[in-house]
Amino acid sequence: MKRLLRQITPWTALLPLAATVLVGYLGAAVWSLYISMTSSRTFPSTNFVGLEQYERLFDNERWMLALHNLAIYGVLFILACVVIGFLLAVFIDQKVRGEGVLRVAFLYPYAMSFVATGLVWQWVLNPESGLQNAMQQLGWKDFTFDWIIDQDKAIYTIVIASVWQGAGLVMALMLAGLRGIDEEIWKAARLDGIPAWRVYLSIVLPMLGPTLATVFVLLSTAVVKAFDVVIAMTQGGPGTASDLPAKFIMDHLFGRANLGLASAGAMTMLLTVLIIVSPLLYVRSRRKEGRA
Amino acid sequence: MKRQALLLTATVLAASIAASNAQAQTKPAGPPLKAEVIHWWTSGGESAAVKTLADAYRAAGGEWQDTAIALGEQARSVAINRIIGGKAPTAAQFNTTKQFYDIVDQGLLNNVDDVAIRDGWDKFLPEVVLNVIRVKGHYYAAPVNIHMPAWAWTSKAAFKKAGIKDDPKTMDELFADLDKLKAAGIVPLAHGGQGWQDNTVFTFVLSNVGGRELYLKLFRDRDPAAIKSDAFKNVLLTFKRLHNYVDKGSPGRNWNDATAMIITGRAGIQIMGDWAKGEFSLAKQEAGKDYGCVAGFGPKSLYVIQGDVMVFPRTSDPKQVAAQKLLASVITNPQTQVAFSMKKGSVPIRTDVDASKMDVCAQAGLAILKDKSRQIGNGESYITPDQNGALQDVISNYWNRDIPVEKVQKDIIAALRD
Repeated sequence: MKRLLRQITPWTALLPLAATVLVGYLGAAVWSLYISMTSSRTFPSTNFVGLEQYERLFDNERWMLALHNLAIYGVLFILACVVIGFLLAVFIDQKVRGEGVLRVAFLYPYAMSFVATGLVWQWVLNPESGLQNAMQQLGWKDFTFDWIIDQDKAIYTIVIASVWQGAGLVMALMLAGLRGIDEEIWKAARLDGIPAWRVYLSIVLPMLGPTLATVFVLLSTAVVKAFDVVIAMTQGGPGTASDLPAKFIMDHLFGRANLGLASAGAMTMLLTVLIIVSPLLYVRSRRKEGRA
Repeated sequence: MKRQALLLTATVLAASIAASNAQAQTKPAGPPLKAEVIHWWTSGGESAAVKTLADAYRAAGGEWQDTAIALGEQARSVAINRIIGGKAPTAAQFNTTKQFYDIVDQGLLNNVDDVAIRDGWDKFLPEVVLNVIRVKGHYYAAPVNIHMPAWAWTSKAAFKKAGIKDDPKTMDELFADLDKLKAAGIVPLAHGGQGWQDNTVFTFVLSNVGGRELYLKLFRDRDPAAIKSDAFKNVLLTFKRLHNYVDKGSPGRNWNDATAMIITGRAGIQIMGDWAKGEFSLAKQEAGKDYGCVAGFGPKSLYVIQGDVMVFPRTSDPKQVAAQKLLASVITNPQTQVAFSMKKGSVPIRTDVDASKMDVCAQAGLAILKDKSRQIGNGESYITPDQNGALQDVISNYWNRDIPVEKVQKDIIAALRD
């Protein structure tokens, strides 16, 4: 009896969480899948239309543009965050003076909400009142930096703002990883006369594999849900040039009263995330099994 | 028969008393009728306006419970969620569009037929508004105000600097003025490059260059032949021509920042709804003196009708139903109408009001509104929110990007499909 109780206790403790996951996450996902196959508008409807919403979705120029933008944004954002974050971590790892201050300074942007980040960068990048104007008043008359109003470059300004915000977090994680590297390895490398950059690249970086994977997952989810930064900076503009899927979905969910199409978009995003993240999770789970 | 007639007389008598006394109505016995109202009138001028509604409702013996939620989209989704969740408010604000038709279809709204028939809404409401609030013969919303989204606002200071005497009276004059403003080093067109604002400029061009026929063919009939026509092509090209007159900082700018450019004389003309008047009056500027307003060109120009309504979620609680009816009656009452619109910058939903205290722009607007053939609905009162959004995407893309006009015509046909 006592043993049974002991076995049940942890499961009972986990129950609220399990219920939340089952109902809140899985349940909602299944519900969305169902709605995405109906002709729902303001209200959920039971009128089944198969894959019609998906056909409409992929026939929609704006959605395709949003996906295209997501690819640009995702690749550049993750790449830049990892590279800059890693370099910053290496820099701080050199036992520089005032490490505490620098660490705070680099991590500080992450403490800011995406909305605030977006607004600040919108002001900085606005050609009439921001950086361009300031430089021109300082004497550089031909200085131009008006990407934010440029159809083809607006999405890059969103990358810039996001990297500014996200790189600090990568730095913090990488720094923790670097501090975990055994001193002996450095001593051995020094003994062999290997230059520091080479040690970082060929020895330390591979050892940071798990940290990198965590960083990648964190940044990927940030990419998929990117919404507020676009709203604050460009509202998807000029026109629909810097639109992202999350904004498309939100627009159709409420303003345009098209639950069906919005759900189809959401399901597509979920699928994308699964495709990106599942191989990673698979590899990690295999590795754990191998170790055990 | 006799008895019926008697009953009828009694009802009419009661109704006329109620109508004449609406402001100083005898307070109903018992506790005041509590009404919770969800709305998105949150800015300075807007909350002053909604206060006039609350005061009028209180004076009529009710208790107003204010639930203000910033942003229309947000407020509407809260209202819808609460209606589905069974905790519906007494009334909720929607735009004078098809936004609330899905809720009607689900049978989740009470109608206010009693009030509409008693107060004779058919007699004084513009056809366009009636067509929106009347679904299958029932009145599902009480109109609050009429906004006209496509006025041209002119800065007297900028005009003076550019040597322009009067507000433009034709499209050609408008372009001539824009050229003069440009030559004088002033931003000719103050524009906020956001989708809905691009759409506003399009509406302005469509109603002034295209005219009533084409306007209805586009929005009401969604007629591909009309969209492919040369007349419509001309509308699109004229719209695109206006893009030459905006400044570099235009993309993403908020509408009130664009209005500020008119107020300070940094820009000459802005095309925007009459809610812009709120900004002018905040800056202590006077219509006709510091700024000009042009509702349209020529004696046949259209008055595009947009605005807000209150819908009444379904309930069987007799007190709530009574509150809903009282609310519908108070809102549409002439005095409330004038008081509200003066604060809001809109015009009353009825033309049988004393407009002498309103500003020159509102008076000009009301004068146009009196002519039935000049009333026309905003695009969204004919098409669904989804179609409207898709159309806006096409228009906004065309405004911002160099796209062949033929492709735009094709895209518009696609956007307006079912």
